[in-house]
Amino acid sequence: MTVKEPAITPELVASHGLTPDEYERFKALIGREPTFTELGIVSAMWNEHCSYKSSRIHLKGLPTKAPWVIQGPGENAGVIDIGDGLACVFKMESHNHPSFIEPYQGATTGVGGILRDVFTMGARPVAALNSLRFGAPEHPRTRHLVSGVVAGIGGYGNSFGVPTVAGSVGFHTRYDGNILVNAMAVGIARTDGIFYSAATGVGNPIVYLGSKTGRDGIHGATMASAEFDENSEEKRPTVQVGDPFAEKLLLEACLELMQTGSVIAIQDMGAAGLTCSAVEMGAKGGLGVELDLDAVPCREEGMTAYEMMLSESQERMLMVLDPARQAEAEAIFRKWGLDFAVVGHTTDTLRFVVRHQGEVKADLPIRELGDEAPLYDRPWNEPVRPAVLDPTTVAAPVSNTEALIRLVGSPDLASKRWVWEQYDHLILGNTVQTPGGDAAIVRIEDGPKGLALTTDVTPRYCEADPVEGGRQAVAETWRNITAVGGKPLAVTDNLNFGNPERPDIMGQFVGCLRGISEACVALDFPIVSGNVSLYNETQGRAILPTPTIGGVGLVDDVTVHATLAFKRAGDVVLLVGETAGWLGQSVYLRDVAGREEGAPPPVDLAAERRNGDFVRGLIHGGRVSAVHDLSDGGLLVGLAEMALASGIGATLDPAPAELPSHAFWFGEDQARYIVTATADEADAIVAQAREAGVPLRRIGATGGDALRLGADEAISIEDLRRAHESWLPDYMAAAAS
Amino acid sequence: MKAAVIVFPGSNREGDVARALKQAGADVTTVWHADTELPPGTDLAVLPGGFSYGDYLRCGAIAGRASVMDAVRAHAARGGLVLGICNGFQILCESGLLPGVLMRNAGLHFICRRQFLRVERNDTAFTRAYAAGQAIDVAIAHGEGNYVADEETLARLEGDGRVAFRYADRDGAVTPAANPNGSLNNIAGIYSEKLNVLGLMPHPENLIDDLVGGTDGRGLFQSLLAA
Repeated sequence: MTVKEPAITPELVASHGLTPDEYERFKALIGREPTFTELGIVSAMWNEHCSYKSSRIHLKGLPTKAPWVIQGPGENAGVIDIGDGLACVFKMESHNHPSFIEPYQGATTGVGGILRDVFTMGARPVAALNSLRFGAPEHPRTRHLVSGVVAGIGGYGNSFGVPTVAGSVGFHTRYDGNILVNAMAVGIARTDGIFYSAATGVGNPIVYLGSKTGRDGIHGATMASAEFDENSEEKRPTVQVGDPFAEKLLLEACLELMQTGSVIAIQDMGAAGLTCSAVEMGAKGGLGVELDLDAVPCREEGMTAYEMMLSESQERMLMVLDPARQAEAEAIFRKWGLDFAVVGHTTDTLRFVVRHQGEVKADLPIRELGDEAPLYDRPWNEPVRPAVLDPTTVAAPVSNTEALIRLVGSPDLASKRWVWEQYDHLILGNTVQTPGGDAAIVRIEDGPKGLALTTDVTPRYCEADPVEGGRQAVAETWRNITAVGGKPLAVTDNLNFGNPERPDIMGQFVGCLRGISEACVALDFPIVSGNVSLYNETQGRAILPTPTIGGVGLVDDVTVHATLAFKRAGDVVLLVGETAGWLGQSVYLRDVAGREEGAPPPVDLAAERRNGDFVRGLIHGGRVSAVHDLSDGGLLVGLAEMALASGIGATLDPAPAELPSHAFWFGEDQARYIVTATADEADAIVAQAREAGVPLRRIGATGGDALRLGADEAISIEDLRRAHESWLPDYMAAAAS
Repeated sequence: MKAAVIVFPGSNREGDVARALKQAGADVTTVWHADTELPPGTDLAVLPGGFSYGDYLRCGAIAGRASVMDAVRAHAARGGLVLGICNGFQILCESGLLPGVLMRNAGLHFICRRQFLRVERNDTAFTRAYAAGQAIDVAIAHGEGNYVADEETLARLEGDGRVAFRYADRDGAVTPAANPNGSLNNIAGIYSEKLNVLGLMPHPENLIDDLVGGTDGRGLFQSLLAA
C-alpha cells in the first residue's frame, strides 16, 4: 500500500513552519526540490525547538567550563564530577505547549523525556524536580491545568520510581494562555561509565529499542516553535502519550545493556523522534546513516515514511551497537519485553538515507541538516530599566502581622503541600531533606555524600530588569544550595520566553542571558545543560520572562547539613546580609499594596559569595541550629516559614527607626540569610562576621508559639499555619463545586 | 533468614525493601517474575512496592497471575512467610492470598506523606519487636490504598485478630481524621488466617534511618529476623 504524497506547495511549506527563505536555503543545499518526507525531516530539524536558531548566537557566550565539568551543553544532559569515581548527570527541559493543551499527558511526557535524557548517558535517575507557572488563580482554566499537570508529574515519576524532591509553583495572569512545565532530572553514573551520542565505525548496526512507533506527537516540536492562537485546542493530536511503565523497563534494560560493553553510542528519541536522533548520532560521529523503515516496530498500520520520521512516540531509544554483541543485547531487551529492531547502519557517505517499501524516501546531507540550520541574529531592544522605588512612598499596612498573614496565604507563598504530597518524594530511601526546605538533599547510595538540589527564578524581577533578574535567578539557586550546607557546583537552565521575532522579547532574552552569565562566572557555577523554549505567547501576549535555573550542589557529608525549622526556644536569631528595605518588585508591593513597579533588588555578586561562604562555613562547623535564605516576601515571611516548620515562635526586636517598618520586614534585599544559634555561639559568630566583613545583626530570639514584633504586634503560629496551609487545598477543592 | 524479593516488571521499591532486610541481617536474593520457583531454603517471600505491569489493569491484577505467584502460594501454603508492601499488598489480594481489595484513595489523589500506624498485636512473626498498641511513624505513598471488603469478611478479619496495622494519630488513636485514604476501619494491613502472610500499604522500608525520617520501620524487619 503506497500513499500518494502531496505536492510541495508554498502553503505546505508554510504549514511546516518554514519561511520561504528557509525553504529556498534548503533547496539550494540539496540542489533540487525535496520529497514530502524530506520536507518533514527538515521542518523537524530546523524548527526553533530543535535548531535553537534564534538563541544559538547568544548561548555561545555562556560559561560552561570548570575543572569539575565532564560534559557541558550539547549532549543529552550535562555531567559533573562529584568525586569517588562518581558523576552527577542532570538537565532541565520544558514541556510548556503540550501541557497547556493536554495537561496530564503534557506533564507526564515532559518528565519522561528528561528522565530519558539522563539515563541515556548511563546514569540511574535519583531525583526529579520541577518548576511550574500557571495563570491567575481566577482564570477559568487554571484549576484544570494545575490539577492535570500535578497529577501528570506524579503519575509518571511515581510509577517510574524516582523521588520528586523539590520544585516551585507560581501564578500570574501573564501565564493565562501559556503555562510553564519545566522538569529536571538528576542521575548518578560512574565517571568511567558515561555514554555519548556520537556514532563510530562504518557498517555498525543502528538499533531501535523501546516502545513502538505510533502517530502521536507528529510535529510536536513544530508546535512548540510557534505562538498559540484561538485554534490551539486543535493541536491536541500533536501531544504525545506517556507510559512510565515502558520507561521503567527501558531504564532497566538500557542500564543492563550498558554493563555489557556492547553500546557504542546511544541517543533517546525525544523532540522530532527518529529524525533528530538518527541525524544527531551520524552528524556528531562524522558518519552517514541509512535507515530502513520497514524494520521500525509500528503500533499502527499503514504508517508512512513521513509519519515514522516525525512521530514523537515516547519511551524509544536509538543505539549503535557493537555487531559482535548484537545477540546478547537483543536477549536483554527481550527479557524486559521491549522491542529490539535493527533499523539501519552507519555509512561513510555522510548522507542521511531513508528507505521505505523499496523506495528511497529521503537522501540528504547529514551534517548540513544540523550545521546549516538557519541562524538568526534577531533584532532586540535594550530593555528600559524602571526607576528605583522609594520605600517611603509605599503605604504601610494596617499592621505588619496583618500583611504577613496575607502573604503567607497568598497564591505564590502559600504552602505547596497539596502539590508535593502527590509526588512520591521518599522512594529510594535517600531523601534527607524533603520538599518544603530551601533545597532538597538526596544521599548518594549509602552516603556520606549527597546532592543539594533546587530550581529557582523570579519572573517579575526578570520582567522589570532582565539583567538583574537573570543574575538573581542564579544567585538564589546558589543561595538555596548554600542554605542547606551544599557546595554549589553547576546549573542547568530552562529559558522560557515569548516570541523572539519581537525585539522587546529578544531584548528580555539577551538581557537575562547576560545576567545569568555574569552570575555564573562570579559564583563559579557553570551551565552544563539547558533548554530554550520560545514562543510562549498567545495572541500577542507573552509570558513573563522565566529563565528557570536548576542547581546542583555537593554535600560532602549528609549528616552535616542545615534545615530551616527553628530547633529550640532560646536560640538567638541572626540576620546575615544588608537590609535596605527594597520594596520595588516585591511580593509585598504586588500582593498587599497592589502595585507591580520599580526596579528589582540589585544583586551584589561579591556580597552573595562572601555571605554565602560565611553561612556555609557556619553549617559545616556545626555552629548554627537553623538556616533559611531570604527571598520572596523578605525577612518576616522567612521567619514565619522557620516558625511554621517547627511550631516554635520568636520574639523580634522592633524594626530599626531609619526604615519604614514594612520595608524592613518585607523588603527583598538579596544575599541574605537567617541563622539561629545558642547565645554563646551567637557571640562568637557576631565577632567572626565583623572580622570577615559580613554584615550581621541580632534580631531576636526563638521561643513561644507566636511571632512577636517588638512590644506591639504578634501573631500566633496557629493562625499563620491556617492561612499558609489552607489556600491551595481550598482553591483546588472549589473546582468540584 | 533467607528472603526472596520478587521483581515484577514495574516494581520500584525492591531495592528499598532489600536494603531494610539486609540492614536487619537477612540474606536477600531477587527473583524474576517469570521464574517458577523460589530459591531453595527461602524463609520469606517479599512482594515489593511499585506499579507491576504498569498497574494498567486493576492494581496487582496481572502480577497476581504471574508464574512466580504459584510458587509464592505454595510457599504460603507450607506456612512460609510472605510480606507484601503497597503494590505487594494489592498483589496478595489479587492472588487470593489475602481477602478484600484496595480501591482508589477516597480523595482520588496519590498521597505521599508520613503516617502513624497503630500496631494491633505483637505476637506475630512480623511485629514482635513492637509493643501492642504502639504508634509507629512510617510513610505512605499510594494512589490506591483504600481497603475494602464485604461485611462478612471484615467481621471475620476483626474477629480473628487479623488486622495488623491501622492508620492512627501520633498517640495511637484510630480516628477518621487519621485515615488518609478511606480504608474501612482504618485498616492499613492485614494477616492471612495462619498469620504467616502480611499485606500492608505503608512503607516501613523507607523509615529505617535516623537521617532519612526515622527508624520506626525497622521493627518489622527485626521481628522477621527474630522469627
